[in-house]
Amino acid sequence: MTTLAHAVTAIGGIPSLAFGESPKADFSDTPVWLSVVKGVFILVYLLLSTLLVIWFERKVIGRMQLRPGPNRAGPFGLFQSLGDGLKLLLKEDPVPANVDKPVYKLAAIIAGTLCFVSFSIMPMGGSVWMFGHHTPLQLTDTPVAVLLALAVGGVGIYGIVLAGWSSGSTYPLLGAVRSSAQMISYEIAMGLSLVAVFLYSGSMSTSQIVASQHSLWNAIPLVVSFAIYLVTMVGETNRLPFDLAEGEGELTGGFHTEYASMTFAMFFLGEYINMFGVSALATTMFLGGPAAPPVISLIPFVNGGWWGLLWFTLKLWFFIWFFVWLRGALPRVRYDQFMRFGWKTLIPTALVWLVFLTFIRGANNGWLGTGAIHVGRLTFYWSTIIIIVIAAALALVVASVWDARAQRAEAAAAEPPPEEVDPYAGGFPVPPLPGQRLREPSLTASGLPEAPARVVPSEEVHHG
Amino acid sequence: MTSPYVAVLIMVALGLAFAVVAVGLSAVIGPKTYNRAKLEAYECGIQPTPRAASGGRFPVKYYLPAMLFIIFDIESVFLYPFAVAFNQMGLFALIEMVLFIATVFVAYAYVWRRGGLEWD
Repeated sequence: MTTLAHAVTAIGGIPSLAFGESPKADFSDTPVWLSVVKGVFILVYLLLSTLLVIWFERKVIGRMQLRPGPNRAGPFGLFQSLGDGLKLLLKEDPVPANVDKPVYKLAAIIAGTLCFVSFSIMPMGGSVWMFGHHTPLQLTDTPVAVLLALAVGGVGIYGIVLAGWSSGSTYPLLGAVRSSAQMISYEIAMGLSLVAVFLYSGSMSTSQIVASQHSLWNAIPLVVSFAIYLVTMVGETNRLPFDLAEGEGELTGGFHTEYASMTFAMFFLGEYINMFGVSALATTMFLGGPAAPPVISLIPFVNGGWWGLLWFTLKLWFFIWFFVWLRGALPRVRYDQFMRFGWKTLIPTALVWLVFLTFIRGANNGWLGTGAIHVGRLTFYWSTIIIIVIAAALALVVASVWDARAQRAEAAAAEPPPEEVDPYAGGFPVPPLPGQRLREPSLTASGLPEAPARVVPSEEVHHG
Repeated sequence: MTSPYVAVLIMVALGLAFAVVAVGLSAVIGPKTYNRAKLEAYECGIQPTPRAASGGRFPVKYYLPAMLFIIFDIESVFLYPFAVAFNQMGLFALIEMVLFIATVFVAYAYVWRRGGLEWD
């Protein structure tokens, strides 16, 4: 970290420049054994959440498809995923003959290990008394905490790539390259959407980012970044509608086709805990982390401390519900649609939005002139207003150009089909559309005269 | 106070312990029955060729996003320090950031124009 800070100082040429603000959370009263306790707490919290989310997902999707979902094991079927987990533990773990065994096992362990790590920087609550020590409900925080979370996510891709590569089978290999191409494509847009948060919070420490949102959650001023993050987090976790890495119709199980028993469970667990990881990051970056929701926060005692854990969990489950809702409502996209959307829509949108935000931020700091108007207690710089007007005008121009192009394309596509069709034009017989005449195949090669065109009645085509 | 990264290492160790114990436990208590057909790759009974694990090939177009990723991800990494230090650096940061994004946008437009972003 310090090296990075020095590098930034050297580039900026301003020796007094500190690398952002240091973490807000105070860990001075946290001995190492307490960190271990908090680590175990996070582990248990995530494992219980996973058991619950599998049940929740099956139940919600069941209801969306007008069936009850799991309802036999325990109250409301709550023990269903516990039973499934035990069953996986008791099953044989055959290692196929083709695999590269050490890497094959390592891949599952990477997937099952790294998903927990990004949670170590998430602020899950305020400061509490725990075993006689005053400590934040957060395992740790560093000045580059968000970078750490992104890095752990990046290493997590190794689990998938190694699994596909070591399986010695075609489907896992294709699933793995698909999955890694997908994850790195969406990671760019995700990284760019987070730049906006750093710009507003002036820090990459998670507790500092949460503290900077005490008056207004980032989701409101940075609404475009929030929307981009919501899309990319679904792409990053390989969830429907972006679960192309395991499209059953094309790739059977994707990268984990050759896995069984607990090694398979590691990938399954990794996917669900990664869902919690990206949701926790979204909560921290855009929804104020463990802060109480706006109106409820007026009640004096519900802010901070253990109450933070409640608000954090509720916000986390809001995103989880969003994931499940998407899975129940949307069909899977095609791979080319997915890549086009990421590269041609999300990335330019994120870049343009970032330039706009940079200008707004600079204008609000008074760097572009300090002339201002006052409306009641609020002060607006003229430069901010001018920038918003220019941006709105540009957006209108781009939208109208886009619309005109789309209309032209639509007009071109709406050309009426030809009256008479040659059924063998493509080399194989094609039936005519209603109202089209069928041209008889030419018989001149055999020396016979060409037959007259036959009209196919549209009724016959409809029912035939 | 110890380094904040010690706590990260603790979390890695806990996660690793969980994964190793879970995988090891299933290897110990799971049944073991030998069947040659069970150890074949998931296919319709034939051996997949070429074997993926030893020099298997996959479509070259997957390399293209990987190369483009390096360009654009480095860009977003460069934007992080800019964004964090923005308020302290003044108008200089604003101009610098816009110039940088404009330069990258030229590269982006070039890649788009040359068809580097087309999947099919």
